[in-house]
Amino acid sequence: MTTAISLPTTAAQDNPYALSHLDVLEAEAVHIFREVAGEFENPVILFSGGKDSIVMLHLALKAFAPASVPFALLHVDTGHNFPEVLAYRDRTVAEHGLRLHVASVQEFIDNGRLRERPDGTRNPLQTVPLLDAIETGRFDAVFGGGRRDEEKARAKERVFSLRDEFGAWDPRRQRPELWSLYNGRHAVGEHVRVFPLSNWTELDVWQYIEREKIELPEIYYAHERDVFARNGMWLTAGDWGGPKEGETVERRLVRYRTVGDMSCTGAVDSDADTIDAVIAEIAASRLTERGATRADDKMSEAAMEDRKREGYF
Amino acid sequence: MTSTTHPDAAAAAELAATSLLRFATAGSVDDGKSTLVGRLLHDSKSVLADQLEAVEHASRKRGQEAPDLALLTDGLRAEREQGITIDVAYRYFATPRRRFILADTPGHVQYTRNMVTGASTAELAVVLVDARNGVVEQTRRHAAVAALLRVPHVVLAVNKMDLVDYAEPVFAAIAEEFGAYAASLGVKDVTAIPISALAGDNVVEPSANMDWYGGPTLLEHLETVPVGSDPSEEPARFPVQFVIRPQSAEHRDYRGYAGQLASGVLRTGDQVTVLPAGITTTVAGLDVLGEERDTAWAPQSVTVRLAEDIDISRGDLIAAGPAPEPTQDVVATVAHLNERPLRVGDKVLLKHTTRTVRAIVKDIPYAISVDTLEQVPSPGSLNVNDLGRVVLRTAEPLALDDYRSNRRTGSFLLIDQADGTTLTAGMAGEAF
Repeated sequence: MTTAISLPTTAAQDNPYALSHLDVLEAEAVHIFREVAGEFENPVILFSGGKDSIVMLHLALKAFAPASVPFALLHVDTGHNFPEVLAYRDRTVAEHGLRLHVASVQEFIDNGRLRERPDGTRNPLQTVPLLDAIETGRFDAVFGGGRRDEEKARAKERVFSLRDEFGAWDPRRQRPELWSLYNGRHAVGEHVRVFPLSNWTELDVWQYIEREKIELPEIYYAHERDVFARNGMWLTAGDWGGPKEGETVERRLVRYRTVGDMSCTGAVDSDADTIDAVIAEIAASRLTERGATRADDKMSEAAMEDRKREGYF
Repeated sequence: MTSTTHPDAAAAAELAATSLLRFATAGSVDDGKSTLVGRLLHDSKSVLADQLEAVEHASRKRGQEAPDLALLTDGLRAEREQGITIDVAYRYFATPRRRFILADTPGHVQYTRNMVTGASTAELAVVLVDARNGVVEQTRRHAAVAALLRVPHVVLAVNKMDLVDYAEPVFAAIAEEFGAYAASLGVKDVTAIPISALAGDNVVEPSANMDWYGGPTLLEHLETVPVGSDPSEEPARFPVQFVIRPQSAEHRDYRGYAGQLASGVLRTGDQVTVLPAGITTTVAGLDVLGEERDTAWAPQSVTVRLAEDIDISRGDLIAAGPAPEPTQDVVATVAHLNERPLRVGDKVLLKHTTRTVRAIVKDIPYAISVDTLEQVPSPGSLNVNDLGRVVLRTAEPLALDDYRSNRRTGSFLLIDQADGTTLTAGMAGEAF
């Protein structure tokens, strides 16, 4: 029972123990990776070749150095992935001697377990192959690159997010998550989605990429590309289903802010061809990355919540 | 960090090396908390055009003229349908001076659980009161939770000043009453700020209606309050998460203990004690994420190499300075979080840092009324949202610090053995 005491107001620059926000976020993410390594039997990292999963892998490599990463990678390939991203994925796997599992949406369509959607987008079709791969691979912890700043349903998700035997997320029955004590207990058949980048923002991710000099697939930087307009976004022309009649292809200087697949990810007009230019562009942007580039999130106010309930990333 | 940065010079470079403040907001249902959070996000220009457009659209659909900023934070369908906040939502915003992680916690009576959760990682708590109502039961509850969770800084935001004609005496009386109550709970730093979240007074921009107030706006205070503690003043605590043994040709003999410093500073050459075994050894080297360094400090994630080959595994604590005495008898203040009551005699799991052990609830000497802080002796069990005192016996010894001196090594969870549900949040030692 003490009364008010004024606190020391040491300026940050005088403090030899000051850590930047990136240092703190990095330390937290590494702690999460190591918790999973310590408590789970068979974890896997969801790796799409997008910047968030690339940062996740970078953090995992640092967390266990000089030993190798004790997890495999899992990629859900929609069949509409950018060739640049697939090439990057294969290069990365080879460079670090990692194990890669691929769950193929195309295979599921070919053998009749999934049906192509009328609009041709395949992003919502990823859930079934993803859950199938988790089940057959017997993965008990699945790292995802989701961030809470991306979307308002994600803002309510835990770092350790328990999924039932159907892979479903029930936001009303989440475990409270306190301090840095993560509860990963689960029954046989259930698994835990783990989000080490929960507290990162898009800008944090880019600043970290710059600080750590992490290589990205080249489509994240401004380049010329044949695109056509649909739903207010620039989509890449190609075999996957575009352009349709009435849509015209033009060559524009664009880059991608997010990398899903070609059917749902839009490019933005940009001349940002270096990391510094990209960071300046994001800092000045008036649109969220999902709002600017994701058709899948524009479906309804609760589009993400509904997909997550079904077992989506 | 410089204090002369201008907001409009928010170049990316200036955002690069800034500090991070985690804070929590708590308020009663109609105190305007969501409006305040919306105002902070909106006025600090953290709300982007498409988010605002979505909120405007949704507000119009509900028949509201002005955009309802509360819709920015209510993320789940049930929340929007019922117009209430159900769960802790984490929000992110930045100014040129600092990055912020905001745990936005619902203020309903039945959601003490969420406030405890949000406060557990917060370095600052904003407690919101309605200037017309002053300090009410829920305000006391929020102050008690902030005090219990040892949130270092508390801000009292006296909201809706526009509805009391921006009158100083109204503010002063509330600030004084709250300050006295918070001090009696052991809260060391309280700052009271008169605001109107709806009109925008003193949230981001200084108010033109309250010349009598000479203090900072809420955002200014958030930007300048000191973050973190000084690691050099704390004993080092390093819970071992994972043993790193590459067993490769290049690193044949490498054996490192991976973890995150919970407090303090470790240096190569430091003498340390490994708990609970109590073995003393020396730090042979420190690897900070792949780079060898001679110093590491909280909250860095590092790998510690020790001079001697000792049997150490996940769950052990490497400690320097005065070390806690390992014990199987834990006395703690707890917040019960689950609908399933916690009863005397229950067998549970106890998760403390990186160690999970079996435990039995030996006694619940008293429950604590969160409103009056009165002790209710021998309640027999604790229900959801109850606070209380618990005596536990663990199957193995734990190196627990007092929660008052270390939030990370003094806290624990009780977990249901059968289905893994998180039952209870525990804080070792005295409550207030």
